[in-house]
Amino acid sequence: MKYIDEFRDGAIARKIAARLRAEARPDRQYSFMEFCGGHTHAISRYGISGLLPDNVRMVHGPGCPVCVLPIGRTDLAIQLALERGAIVCTYGDTMRVPASGGLSLTRAKARGGDIRMVYSSADALEIARREPGREVVFFAIGFETTTPPTALTIRMAAQEGLANFSVLCCHVLTPAAITHILASPEVRRFAAVPIDGFVGPAHVSILIGSAPYEQFAQGYRKPVVIAGFEPLDVMQAVLMLVRQVNEDRHEVENEFTRAVNRHGNAHAQALVSEVFELRSSFEWRGLGEVPQSALRIRPAFARFDAERRFGLAYRAVADNKACECGAILRGVKKPTDCRIFGSVCTPENPVGSCMVSSEGACAAHYSYGRFKDIGITAEATA
Amino acid sequence: MRPKKDYVRPLDIRNGRVDMGHGAGGRSAAQLIEELFLAAFDNPMLRQGDDGAALPMPAGAKLVMATDAHVISPLFFPGGDIGSLSVHGTINDVAMCGAAPLYLAASFILEEGFPLADLQRIVQSMARASRAAGVPVVTGDTKVVEQGKGDGVFISTTALGVVAAGVNIAGANARPGDVLLLSGTLGEHGVAVLSQRESLDFETAIESDSAALHGLVAAMLAASSDGVRVLRDPTRGGLATTLNEIARQSGVGMLLDESAIPVLPQVEAACELLGLDPLYVANEGKLIAICSPDAADAVLAAMRAHPLGAKAARIGVVTQDAHRFVQMETNFGGRRVVDWLSGELLPRIC
Repeated sequence: MKYIDEFRDGAIARKIAARLRAEARPDRQYSFMEFCGGHTHAISRYGISGLLPDNVRMVHGPGCPVCVLPIGRTDLAIQLALERGAIVCTYGDTMRVPASGGLSLTRAKARGGDIRMVYSSADALEIARREPGREVVFFAIGFETTTPPTALTIRMAAQEGLANFSVLCCHVLTPAAITHILASPEVRRFAAVPIDGFVGPAHVSILIGSAPYEQFAQGYRKPVVIAGFEPLDVMQAVLMLVRQVNEDRHEVENEFTRAVNRHGNAHAQALVSEVFELRSSFEWRGLGEVPQSALRIRPAFARFDAERRFGLAYRAVADNKACECGAILRGVKKPTDCRIFGSVCTPENPVGSCMVSSEGACAAHYSYGRFKDIGITAEATA
Repeated sequence: MRPKKDYVRPLDIRNGRVDMGHGAGGRSAAQLIEELFLAAFDNPMLRQGDDGAALPMPAGAKLVMATDAHVISPLFFPGGDIGSLSVHGTINDVAMCGAAPLYLAASFILEEGFPLADLQRIVQSMARASRAAGVPVVTGDTKVVEQGKGDGVFISTTALGVVAAGVNIAGANARPGDVLLLSGTLGEHGVAVLSQRESLDFETAIESDSAALHGLVAAMLAASSDGVRVLRDPTRGGLATTLNEIARQSGVGMLLDESAIPVLPQVEAACELLGLDPLYVANEGKLIAICSPDAADAVLAAMRAHPLGAKAARIGVVTQDAHRFVQMETNFGGRRVVDWLSGELLPRIC
């Protein structure tokens, strides 16, 4: 594939790996958090950790949209489908997120809920146009990347005067989450959580630009390198982070210059602020309540807000006690530190949300990396 | 008074629809069978019109029987339809046991209201596939369910075949050191079907690879009757899931070389767009062969000489591994596990 294969070139990867080995100081450990699930996926799928020096460790962050979706939110979507008879439309990965009572959207569908997987919020709008007699709710999740399409869909619904369409808005914000991780007591209390820097989001940064990260790079003295989702992007970003740490710098650098600038996409930002406003607080799975970390629909578009339209009351639900998703999302624990990883909790039967999407830290490690835990080498015997 | 000459008004195939009467076993059902099914599948064994077909079998042969239900949506897709698929899929199941398929049986579950014209199109396509493969449909059944209780048409087919002496093919036969051969490019069927789903609707020239593979298998066995140890067609769950099945059955691991696995650029691009991995996408006209190291070259050459194996490649080796992991050396230079498909094939979202 032209324009993509160039960023997956193994020969260049080996060159960057050699530079990393030359420049990473053997007398110290480097731990970098990749915030985005897209990076987690690239690291696992291409086997990047195998190319990094032993003292450079990647910590998987909370930037997988389905991983941070709290149980209570999925419960609301299930309630809409099973109790209110609404058609609930959502993105693929959301279907398998574990909810209360052993349910998930997939299981609610098997119990008769009309739940449909869509590739775009516009498809949900199309379903609403085609089925005017039914309530159609788009269960909107995701970070800044998926927010503008939802905003556009709501604006189109308003322009068309669609009376049967609404959105259950669960859009969340990246900078607030990173700040929350850095400010969390365990990250501050224990030097044992040594996050030396961040691989900054790719697609999110196209929307919001690189400027929003400057404040906490300075405030918390942590370097941030914004990187694309291709494996060479990640390798290059890690090299840039190692250099910043070695030189005691803590700047926001941009590896993903082919798509990201300092101020982002102003048109999309204007669209988002026309339709959405900040929530004072929002529950994240694993992180708990995070102030000013999510969006809700502005009163001017209230009739498209499923929470208002159906009078939904949010009820927080605690995670399974054995599940370590919270600590894993904060980078405090590794998937293999969790007692139920790979035994009770597997991609077929996820207990925690990190096991759902291949962007989740646990699923990525289970699906792509668990051979490393056993320390086997599988070489041909003949 | 002389009795009037029998006259039955022919089925209105152009505008007619399946109704409950077509499944009730009366004249109407007999007419559907006569004018639509028998007209398409016509052969002496089916024409006997008995409850079952009496079949000649080679003496002393080891029989293989396989059955497969087809519920694909949409019914028509680029490169095939549920009819041709129901012939290819079941013939391939028999062929993957190293057998030469001889006969097919077919059951149709029709939904009330289904257009007869579509049914005829499907049945004719099925008949063409069966004739091209040289495997006749010798017995069948039709049932009709009420509207809303089916999805147009479901087809269940069963195939019967015979295994030649000296051929021993089974999922448990893979041994460390064996060579993994793949007959061609991955993912066309899954992507062609996905492209037609209502919620996606993207334009593509990718066609399903749906094909009957028994001819290819015969050519491979002619090259080495005892060197081919395992045959499997990577359908649902794709190559990744199929290899994990074999690894579990044989108690071995596998190591793949990503750069050797053939994928069409347009399939790769569609997968990139949809967040899918070609290793997990379904195929309907490809097979994996696990061969002994000394037979691998001859079998690969035989595959490449056959039209359905022109792009065949050596993609990896069987390893000794108590954990039965399927691993892959990536193009990028790293290594990772290629795991079972979990749940339904879902796209990633961002």
